[in-house]
Amino acid sequence: MDGKRSPGFYALAAFFGLFLLFLYGPTITIFVLSFQGPEGGLTFPLNGLSLHWFHELFKGIGVIDIGSALLRSFKLGLLVTTLTVLLAVSAALAFRKSLRGGGALFYVTVASLIMPSIIVSLGIGLSFRLLDGAFKHFFEWAGWLDLLDSFNTSMGLYTSALGAQLTWTLPFGLLIMFAVFNRFNAAYEEAARDLGATPWQTLRHVVLPLIGPAVVGVAMFGFTLSWDEIARSSQAIGDLNTLPLELQGLTTTVTTPVIYALGTITTLVSFVVVALALGLAALGRRRTGRRG
Amino acid sequence: MAHKASELELIKLSKRYGQVTAVDAIDLSIPSGSYCCLLGPSGCGKTSTLRMIAGHETASDGDILLGDRNITLLPAAERGTAMMFQSYALFPHLSVLDNVAFSLKMKGVPTAERHGRAQALLERVAMGQYARRKPSELSGGQQQRVALARALITEPRVLLLDEPLSALDPFLRIRMRAELKRWQSELGFSFVHVTHSQEEAMALADQVVVMNAGRIEQVATPHTLFNAPASEFVARFIGGHNVLEAGGQKISVRADRMRLARTAPTEGASVAAQVAAVEYQGTYVLVELAHAAISEFSVVVPEQEFFAAPWQAGESVHVSWASADAHALA
Repeated sequence: MDGKRSPGFYALAAFFGLFLLFLYGPTITIFVLSFQGPEGGLTFPLNGLSLHWFHELFKGIGVIDIGSALLRSFKLGLLVTTLTVLLAVSAALAFRKSLRGGGALFYVTVASLIMPSIIVSLGIGLSFRLLDGAFKHFFEWAGWLDLLDSFNTSMGLYTSALGAQLTWTLPFGLLIMFAVFNRFNAAYEEAARDLGATPWQTLRHVVLPLIGPAVVGVAMFGFTLSWDEIARSSQAIGDLNTLPLELQGLTTTVTTPVIYALGTITTLVSFVVVALALGLAALGRRRTGRRG
Repeated sequence: MAHKASELELIKLSKRYGQVTAVDAIDLSIPSGSYCCLLGPSGCGKTSTLRMIAGHETASDGDILLGDRNITLLPAAERGTAMMFQSYALFPHLSVLDNVAFSLKMKGVPTAERHGRAQALLERVAMGQYARRKPSELSGGQQQRVALARALITEPRVLLLDEPLSALDPFLRIRMRAELKRWQSELGFSFVHVTHSQEEAMALADQVVVMNAGRIEQVATPHTLFNAPASEFVARFIGGHNVLEAGGQKISVRADRMRLARTAPTEGASVAAQVAAVEYQGTYVLVELAHAAISEFSVVVPEQEFFAAPWQAGESVHVSWASADAHALA
């Protein structure tokens, strides 16, 4: 070994460089172009640097209220995250015991990943329309005519869209938790039991602290999946769109860099959420480290 | 501190996993204040037995008595037993002090009191200055001491140890073995120690329980075990014995009680064999022999005696023993 790198190294390094460019190039391009001057267009060159398009964004784009879409997406994302964590962790705990019908349940859950997203979405939309029909018939039959008049659809952000996003985030969460418990040493739980801990205390003081980092991972994953989810929400969203769906609509009608400004902001929200989660995890580690 | 009321008794204790019987109706009595080793190859049922005593497996049949109480169906923490796990299972996210104080915390003992008691126990096992460390920052031997302190804080009447030395390197294993023995005599209650190493059992135990295929082969002191193995299995498992047939009966003879000679002895029992290999061991030389009817046949020759007239592989040899050293096997 004379310290020289083989030619293969340079080829692979170049390939890796291209890969990174492909991965982050588009985001960086949009980030840069969002600071386009007031006279600039959707493409390079930059015509001066300004925050003009961010101002435009906050004035609103046509009829669409971006601020509320952002807030809706954020709320839905938080709800999806919470449910994903709760359900994935408790389901994974249940799967550790001998769970009757567990095999079938697992396949049904994971099948939802394999199904094309748009089909899942169409199916959910269709089911909710059938449900709406049933509701209407019921109101008519019961004679609740006011309700019948005001009733539009049971589809919505926290019904059909929430369900649609969970079909996407839950299987991922469950698979991550499976991997975590696969490597979990059950002797810790036995030791806790030997020392007089109740099952609940064992979960609270031993299992959860040990799987904590993985749970944070599931949460981050759940949020980011929900935050930019389009395909599954598209046919199941109801009246009010999430941010990615609004964005998708905008790409066909908006022809100014204001859409880049929006892209920059949504990316920043993702970063902030990830940074918060990592910060919380680090804080938790430091706290358990200092105690005692 | 030895309680007469801490005798541990197993009565017709069985463990079945579906069709497989791991422990087959064993009876065993472990006097209080003794060091008992459950010895056997893997799969012999020794660990299942220990785990049934600890309450981490449910007995399929039979009873477990500790002192005047039947603990067969009690939860693990209410039995008066404490377990030291293989690789210790110290909680990696808690400090040494919190590991030791864990059971008190579960009982709702206030922080200051439980930390005080945990610290006192850590001092007792010479780990006082490590209280704030995490288990991963300790050596294997230090982890064992913490595991002991964590078990002791529950004030057990019997300590159950599941292969406690297997996580240590050979050098440390011998040191921590001595420490276990010292603790047992200091604390005065029974230790039940599962191991597959006959050397460990010999060094530690007052009472060795040799198990095979879910049954107990022999219960004896190390001295009796080595001089009077009850069965062929025991003789072979503890090593240092040759098993052969004489007069239609299986006998065992200690490998260090056999003599090698180049001419057939005129009296006493002997067999003719061939030297297969010679292994120098320092204080003695192990001469491995080949004989059509005797498997794993070897004789221990003191170093001086061997080098007075060395044996070579391939030589013919007459092996003899005094009839008093032949021990009939069941």
